[in-house]
Amino acid sequence: MISVCELLRMVDLEIMASQVTTASTINSLPLLPYYRSASLILVGNLKSLSAALKSSSRMESDSPIEINENSYQVHDFIWHSSSQRSVSSIQSIQSKTSRGHSVKEVSYGELGSKGVRHGSMGAESEAFSASYKEINDDDARLIYINDPEKTNEKFEFAGNSIRTGKYSILTFFPRNLFEQFHRVAYIYFLVIAILNQLPQLAVFGRGASIMPLAFVLLVTAIKDAYEDYRRHRSDKIENGRLAWVLVNEQFRQIRWKDIRVGEIIKVSLNETLPCDMVLLSTSDTTGVAYVQTTNLDGESNLKTRYAKQETQMKNLEDKKISGLIKCEKPNRNIYGFQANMDIDGKHISLGPSNIILRGCELKNTDWAIGVAVYAGRETKAMLNNSGAPSKRSRLETHMNREIIFLSIFLVVLCMIVSVCHGLWLGRHKDELELMQFYRKKDYSETEIEDYSYFGVGMEIFIVFLMSVIVFQIMIPISLYISMELVRVGQAFFMIRDNQMYDEASKSRFQCRALNINEDLGQIKYVFSDKTGTLTENKMEFQCASIGGVDHSRGEDSIEDERTGYPDQGDGHVLQPKMKVKVDQELLNLSKRKHTDEGKYVHDFFIALAACNTIVPLTVETSDPAVKWIDYQGESPDEQALVYAAAAYGFMLIERTSGHIVIDIQGKRQKFNVLGLHEFDSDRKRMSVILGCPDKTVKVFIKGADTSMFSIIDRSLNLNMLKATEAHLHAYSSKGLRTLVVGMRELSSSEFEQWQSSYETASTALMGRASLLRKVANNIEHHLSILGASGIEDKLQQGVPEAIESLRTAGIKVWVLTGDKQETAISIGYSSKLLTNQMTQIVINNNSTECCRKSLQDALAMCKNLTTDSDATSGGSGTGGNQLALIIDGTSLVYVLDTELEQQLFELARRCTVVLCCRVAPLQKAGIVALMKKRTDDMTLAIGDGANDVSMIQMADVGIGISGQEGRQAVMASDFAMGQFRFLVPLLLVHGHWNYQRMSYMILYNFYRNAVFVLVLFWYVLFTSFTLTTAITDWSSVLYSVLYTSVPTIVVGILDKHLSRTSLLKYPQLYGAGQRQESYNGKLFWATMLDTLWQSIAAFFIPLLAYWRSDVDGSSIGDLWTLGAVIMVNVHLAMDVTRWYWITHAAIWGSIIATFICVMVIDLLSFLAGYWAFFHIAKTELFWLCLLGITIGALVPRFVVKVFVERLRPNDIQIVREAEKFRSSRESQIEMNQIFDPSRR
Amino acid sequence: MSSGDGSSYSSSKISKKPRYSRFTQQELPACKPILTPGLVITILISLAIIFIPIGLSSLSASQNVVEVVDRYDDVCVPLKPSNSVEQNDERIGFIQDVKTNKTCIRTFIVPKKMKHPIFVYYQLDNFYQNHRRYVKSRSDHQLWSPKDERNTKLCEPEAVNSDNKPIVPCGLIAWSLFNDTYSFSINNTPLTINKKGIAWTSDRTKKFGPNVYPKNFQTGGLIGGAKLNESIPLSEQEDLIVWMRTAALPSFRKLYGKIETDLEANEKITVVIQNNYNTYSFNGRKKLVISTATWIGGKNDFLGKMYITVGATSLFLAVIFLLLYVIKPRPLGDPTYLSWNRNPTFQY
Repeated sequence: MISVCELLRMVDLEIMASQVTTASTINSLPLLPYYRSASLILVGNLKSLSAALKSSSRMESDSPIEINENSYQVHDFIWHSSSQRSVSSIQSIQSKTSRGHSVKEVSYGELGSKGVRHGSMGAESEAFSASYKEINDDDARLIYINDPEKTNEKFEFAGNSIRTGKYSILTFFPRNLFEQFHRVAYIYFLVIAILNQLPQLAVFGRGASIMPLAFVLLVTAIKDAYEDYRRHRSDKIENGRLAWVLVNEQFRQIRWKDIRVGEIIKVSLNETLPCDMVLLSTSDTTGVAYVQTTNLDGESNLKTRYAKQETQMKNLEDKKISGLIKCEKPNRNIYGFQANMDIDGKHISLGPSNIILRGCELKNTDWAIGVAVYAGRETKAMLNNSGAPSKRSRLETHMNREIIFLSIFLVVLCMIVSVCHGLWLGRHKDELELMQFYRKKDYSETEIEDYSYFGVGMEIFIVFLMSVIVFQIMIPISLYISMELVRVGQAFFMIRDNQMYDEASKSRFQCRALNINEDLGQIKYVFSDKTGTLTENKMEFQCASIGGVDHSRGEDSIEDERTGYPDQGDGHVLQPKMKVKVDQELLNLSKRKHTDEGKYVHDFFIALAACNTIVPLTVETSDPAVKWIDYQGESPDEQALVYAAAAYGFMLIERTSGHIVIDIQGKRQKFNVLGLHEFDSDRKRMSVILGCPDKTVKVFIKGADTSMFSIIDRSLNLNMLKATEAHLHAYSSKGLRTLVVGMRELSSSEFEQWQSSYETASTALMGRASLLRKVANNIEHHLSILGASGIEDKLQQGVPEAIESLRTAGIKVWVLTGDKQETAISIGYSSKLLTNQMTQIVINNNSTECCRKSLQDALAMCKNLTTDSDATSGGSGTGGNQLALIIDGTSLVYVLDTELEQQLFELARRCTVVLCCRVAPLQKAGIVALMKKRTDDMTLAIGDGANDVSMIQMADVGIGISGQEGRQAVMASDFAMGQFRFLVPLLLVHGHWNYQRMSYMILYNFYRNAVFVLVLFWYVLFTSFTLTTAITDWSSVLYSVLYTSVPTIVVGILDKHLSRTSLLKYPQLYGAGQRQESYNGKLFWATMLDTLWQSIAAFFIPLLAYWRSDVDGSSIGDLWTLGAVIMVNVHLAMDVTRWYWITHAAIWGSIIATFICVMVIDLLSFLAGYWAFFHIAKTELFWLCLLGITIGALVPRFVVKVFVERLRPNDIQIVREAEKFRSSRESQIEMNQIFDPSRR
Repeated sequence: MSSGDGSSYSSSKISKKPRYSRFTQQELPACKPILTPGLVITILISLAIIFIPIGLSSLSASQNVVEVVDRYDDVCVPLKPSNSVEQNDERIGFIQDVKTNKTCIRTFIVPKKMKHPIFVYYQLDNFYQNHRRYVKSRSDHQLWSPKDERNTKLCEPEAVNSDNKPIVPCGLIAWSLFNDTYSFSINNTPLTINKKGIAWTSDRTKKFGPNVYPKNFQTGGLIGGAKLNESIPLSEQEDLIVWMRTAALPSFRKLYGKIETDLEANEKITVVIQNNYNTYSFNGRKKLVISTATWIGGKNDFLGKMYITVGATSLFLAVIFLLLYVIKPRPLGDPTYLSWNRNPTFQY
């Protein structure tokens, strides 16, 4: 680092004269505006957020009021337009202004319910007008610097100890129970258990009736307790970490948990921040601190934070510092902070760039001192510590419908029983008194009265309740638990799938939402982001058009050997970290500075090197003589440009407050950064005003072509302009991302005028952002064009193949991108999304009427096409008449949320491919919502950036790509993975399996519970409807939790009807899920019919076999229990398609376990059924009954299964057969493995 | 977040490649059964092969059982059978009157030779021994241990007598103990009926205590059935033990005793019945059953018929399936049968 004095000396005195008088005024920190690319103009994304963080107070004037809400408001816009929590809407903006600092959180749910206009782009500009407001005292938190006692007088601020654990040992049971009973199913359980405790209703023994609930609660509690234990353990470690805190004017080490708000904390290099603190000073003289926010948002690049100059200058250890910080109440917005600081009589305003958050790591800075403002659970990191949003799977929604049927069925059964009981009582009214088995009267008392008889009406009611208790498992509550377990198991396999492991980013597949695994098997629409999702988001500088000359890399391009222009300044050779291929011709040209062409090239590369927000860092290498320059920046485009500039000999070496150093062809030159207009989505460009070494002042601008061509002076060099335009078109047709670079030299009067208005604007209290924008617009005009750059964003590996597979699988892939139409189309071609056979419909309008017309035309055309093809080729959809719809964001504004939506939907449904370009984040969500609202088809959104968050949350399944752009998308997603192509194994293989497994499991669980209930019901008909059960209480309780539960879970996790190879070979098989083949109403009713038959077989075979014999209730009860359990398990065994040893163990083990349990129950002499099993098992009749039940019950199912498979085989069945009998190579190998004993 | 966030696994925690194992890759060796025509026919035919012989043999076993059933409740009252309410009340009055002579003599001819052991049952119809009020009304603790004499909570309304002394054995089941008696004779020679060993050994040794003696039994206002000899412990009262193992169904038999000698065909058996038990109050029927037993149990054709039906059905299905296979063969795993190959216009 160059010292501040040196720095000052280099500042051009002529310009900065008024400001260099005191050192304290130098706070002209580098403005690091965000500029991502021309093509993502409408997209406020995460990078902009961080850029906003970086941009600090720009100029320090004499005025003590320093205002930096400029950046804050830029942030606001971005926050509202792109962040997941504040999905931008006018409502949210309004509430923002009305509530001052508080962050309005618009949740996903609100988005859906309030009918937010997705098409609205007005919201963005509204955000800019959100004016700066002083923080109300009511809403503020007052922090007295270095005076924690006074700060926290009312004990209202949290200490720094964190507790992510939900429970303590004392509160565990009440709280955990309370939380568990939030589920309706558990309430049902509880009500039944309570009913059973009433003496009149006690059907089951006390213990037996509580057991299912207790079991479920216990399992969940153990799971929760274990998770909580892990959290407690990590909390303890976290709380016990040490930090340096200023105590009695001396820094002492105290534990994190003892840090209080208001205390002054010192953090050293590579240490983690213990709490959110406002920076007071850093080891850097200019007050810069670099932090890494990997823990917070996953971004690994360094971010800059600044200490205020007023506090930076203080020596904190010697002089007791005091002051007051007034800041907003704790909130979740990690990219926003608003505060004022009163220190030494000065009123300073603080922004997001002055605060470092808990969890960040200090980098490249020896130490930083700050005052704790939020501690413990009130830190932004902790407030953001919430899980993924929960969605409910389609299958589960359908399942709930069937559960309602089952409930009705349950009520009907209970009504039958109670009404029959009433009739029976009525018929035997006169006999009840003497009936030996009823004995209505109690004679033991002197006064003879009714014993336990409350009249027919009451008896009916009691019997009704009792029958609910007996038949309770008709509602398969264990199913919910089983489903959770199965999903955990499925997630285990998905996470551990080697084929979904990304070597490049070393990231495994992540399941963030555990309840929509099976939705992956039913996807019909995939909405994909382009940049970073289809492409790698690793930008590579490909070509440039400089001064109207195209410098596309030809065949003669050479690899830059990094010998380019080494810097020998301090004995080291500096090399850029990344290699860039250079064009030899251009390289030569860049060295000829004095030709006209050379001049353009020179300025062009200066613009690339200077007009950005990149921070160069030197990195040691293994070779002591060589140091690498690593360009840290948020935008891959800018990185690519700077690396390119470096390769051509314009190496950005240093960026500090107020100046940058560029090594030009081996010669270091210093440029003063006089001003910087950040990127914003209105202007779609950024500009930097440089004081050049030759004492000229130049403004360099780079931006999107649309915005740049409007401000370029067309009178200057029309031919060059035309040539550049042509080149730009060529570049974007090749799929390159383009940027236009322009420049203008400022006259001194012009500069002074700009400077004064810039100062006024940046110190304005109201509407500063718009003022600054106006200032920028005033200076950004009459540019002379320097050229344009083309950056390639490479397609990710395997993307075309993946898209091909998805399309064969019947999934429609839509690409929603912020890129230009040409770029989008060319990427469409290269990713095989678009083919030459397709008819393209382009909608590109800017009024409602135009949109209406083009939509109508398009619809008419596509109807024509389909009817034509129907007439000619019998509607061969795979033929040449596929349609591709290309629509841009501007048109969508007029379409979404209007009556045209329906037309768009009609049109889009007919198209094989839809490309939406230039769409804003909210429009992405709007498009997803469009399809979701109007079809029942499942939607999946995949993206990697913050701009995809709203779309990811809107879709039924959201997938985040953990790539270059931070973790916002991942945090909002349900699943996260490293590459787009993993979508294929995820959907076609795991999704397919999960769907099929889960569907089968749900149907099977309905069956297994209903069959048992029906067996109980049939018996009730033989007990004068009094709900005696021959099956013991314990068996009826254990039936659903032990006797039959394990196999279904195992099969739900492990069974797969097709191998991975086949599923990938025939993507069409995915259609089974889309058509809901494995779970639908028809299958449900068929299953129920089967259930009815099986229950009849299981009940009546023993009944008739033991009719009029001396069999006792317990013995035949055991027979019924075992018969039902064996039948149910063999039923499952019949449907298992793959027998692993685990499956064998589970199914046969369950049957054996049932036998053991029945024996154990019959060994308890205090139960009625003592020894019954051993008694009845001695007879042959018992075993014949068991065999008879199993076969008799299952023969119909077997026959139907066989005939369906034979006569109307579905695709899955055929491929299964092919897998086994058509000896393909893969299956051969598989077979060999199976029969190779050494590998078992 | 810097602290452990249990809800989500950050990628930094598990950044390494998942270790390969056949389990995690779901590639465990597996058997993949497919219902090929051959397999299906084999299964169906083997079902037939198993089921038909078993069915035939159990049917023949059931046919070999010799069973004599004699309903006596309606003939052993002096009144002619009629359904009028008054007559029924008279019957009830007859059966409730302790003083009347309820002896009733029945004779029947042995239809076939009956080999010993011959089981003598009484059969009650329409008697809900599985009624909820009834099955609960007992105290297993009291039956087993003299200490638990007062453990009669479940026995209401037959828990204590009017002096508030506990009834042993308490409860409706014991109270309603069957009390008809039968004495058999052939040609005026008495036929001994062995009433020992009719109850389950397990019940005698573990449920009914050897030290528990009947107390205050059948002393209440309403007599439900038999009285018990108070000097014999419960474990020896086998009729009670048999009775207290409640039947599964409203129509049931209970073992009365065993005849240990063979009975020849056409022998005339005379039974002297003490018709004490009141089934008239609920339209119950009483039957005396004498039956031999085979491996299949008593006389019951159902199981045999069911097995034969299942076997025959399987055979029939096997034939149908064979025909189907011959008439309409479909090669297994032929990709031309896949829906998208079969029907090229098929669109997703």
